[in-house]
Amino acid sequence: MAGPKYPGFDTLALHAGQQPDDSFGARAVPIYQTTSYVFKSTEQAASIFNGERPGHVYSRITNPTNAVLEERICALEGGVGAIATASGQAAMHLAIATILGAGSHIVSSRSLYGGSHNLLSYTLPRFGIETTFVDPRDPDAFSEAIQPNTRLLFGETLGNPGLDVLNVPVISEIAHNAGIPLLIDSTFTTPYLFKPFDFGADLIFHSATKFIGGHGVAIGGLLVDGGRFDWDASGKFPTLTEPYAGFHNLVFSEEYGPSAYIMRARKEGARDFGACMSPTTAFHILQGIETLPLRLEKHIDNTRKLVKYLDEHDAVEEVTYPELPGHPDHELAKQLLPGGCGAVFSFVVKGGRAAGRRFIERLNLFSHLANVGDAKSLVIHPASTTHHRMDAAALAAAGIKEGTIRLSVGIEDPDDLISDLGRALHASQKG
Amino acid sequence: MKITVDNNPAYIYTGAREFVPEQPSVVFIHGNGLDHSVWLLQSRYFAHHQRNALAVDMPGHGRSGGSALENITDMADWIIDVLDAIGVDKAAIVGHSMGSLVSLEAAARHPDRVSRLALIATAVPMPVSDPLLDAARNNEHSAFDMITLWGHSQYGQMGGNQAPGMWMSGSAIRLLERSGPGVLFAGLNACNEYKHGMESAARVQCPTLMILGRLDMMTPTRIARKLEQTIPDVRCEVLDNCGHLVMAEKPNQVLDLLIDFLD
Repeated sequence: MAGPKYPGFDTLALHAGQQPDDSFGARAVPIYQTTSYVFKSTEQAASIFNGERPGHVYSRITNPTNAVLEERICALEGGVGAIATASGQAAMHLAIATILGAGSHIVSSRSLYGGSHNLLSYTLPRFGIETTFVDPRDPDAFSEAIQPNTRLLFGETLGNPGLDVLNVPVISEIAHNAGIPLLIDSTFTTPYLFKPFDFGADLIFHSATKFIGGHGVAIGGLLVDGGRFDWDASGKFPTLTEPYAGFHNLVFSEEYGPSAYIMRARKEGARDFGACMSPTTAFHILQGIETLPLRLEKHIDNTRKLVKYLDEHDAVEEVTYPELPGHPDHELAKQLLPGGCGAVFSFVVKGGRAAGRRFIERLNLFSHLANVGDAKSLVIHPASTTHHRMDAAALAAAGIKEGTIRLSVGIEDPDDLISDLGRALHASQKG
Repeated sequence: MKITVDNNPAYIYTGAREFVPEQPSVVFIHGNGLDHSVWLLQSRYFAHHQRNALAVDMPGHGRSGGSALENITDMADWIIDVLDAIGVDKAAIVGHSMGSLVSLEAAARHPDRVSRLALIATAVPMPVSDPLLDAARNNEHSAFDMITLWGHSQYGQMGGNQAPGMWMSGSAIRLLERSGPGVLFAGLNACNEYKHGMESAARVQCPTLMILGRLDMMTPTRIARKLEQTIPDVRCEVLDNCGHLVMAEKPNQVLDLLIDFLD
């Protein structure tokens, strides 16, 4: 028989995590802009501190507004628990620091957001955590790079800048055969387009700054625990399976079972690293999530129109989007991302660096800035901005051409976006 | 705490405290397909308030070995075997769902071993629907889904967990998924086949507390409250906006009621 039906995605995006406020019946999620919470008694205080009762102590660790956001992303992803962080970078750091330490090793896709690459390449090695980067399109490379001290596999659902589609089912199987979890940066797809836990991933983080929030008003991150990885069976994660002196010798896997990871992340990571989200930020991001399904539909619809337009334009050398038959991951994208491959893609304007610069300067509706995932359309020309110090050879090594343009397609009228692109492409060819 | 019962390893969560023979003990018995972790808060509380908290993993569940027991009577006797193995003469027993039937039967069969009885999300009889029983028999994932959905009130299905940042439905289903093949069916069938619950209820000699969820779809209050007329010394508390997974949906209220009852 068919199983019972859970509340649908659109319903959860609006309601998950919240029951109307007890005090005043507020329908919207109240902003609990408070650092701390008055205890009813010394007995109650001691009970909360000691894990005998649920409750809030200090907003670095938990906050009622943030808790709604945490539950909501968890409901949408299908996890057991989540933590809202100050940024996507903070979520990634918390994801790693909860289970890795000096002497441990990560195998990562090499197609990453620059900030993630910096953390893995330059910063974490100072703390004794090394990373081997591999081609995300080569699952064997992940297998071959695993060392005895490897404790994490990592990749983005859609890599940067080539939109490599990570084969999550295959990579997660490789990870699990080695007794280690797979962490996914799911920022570009959001749970509306792809739910990594359904395909074997164990941990997910988002830069909620992007499509989750969707309006470019708040920086935030979300770390979600899928709750399926068996830390005890692996035997490679003492932070979860051995007594923790920092909390009365608590053994997280014994006490919390499927929630061991996220509880350690909160009781240690939120407490000690302290990269917490502001409650007002959580409110802004919750407002965004309410319309995530509507926005993503429009983002994808617009993206498909723009991809088609650019792919057929004489001034365009190439368009990189997995739904195009020529993309290396076209078949995998059809399997994993039937609802769309996100709203960020790149194309190459003919005429190199100078043409790219002219294109950018002629745009009106697209905003020239270093972000993605806004409701408004955004654009950047890497060769004249983020990668301006690189010559053509160095750019090529990073998978970027001098005429590469990255678009983050918003939810404006697509005809207006196409008009804007058309004018700019015309101008780009008048060198 | 790891002990051996009936030649099988048995795990008992003690609330992060050592067992103290001189202290009174409280035994917590989880529902079908679950484990000791559903009693985490209550165990920690009583363990830090001059009691031994003994949250067992029933055979075949959690960290205990052996096969899942196939009837409520055997489960009740197993609990007494646990008390014998630890050296506890008499204990309060708190049970949830299937665990409440085990608790009830233990109190009826061994009245000299049970000082107080708390039945949470209980009903006698506790019939199981055919779709759920069939799905469990076939080890289908939909059995976990049914318990997760029907186990929460419509409020709980949307969250609002008192434990910040934790998604109740996700936590429930991941815990259920950890139960091995056949475990869920064994427990459901045991509940379904437990026919003499009312006779057992009449034999209970100790003070009893019932804690029910007003919106419980698995053990509805209209059935559960019939126990009130049968158990000699009983008090019944019904929690609003609460389904079957009472400790998840209303952890503070459950703890307050247990403190009041056991102290």
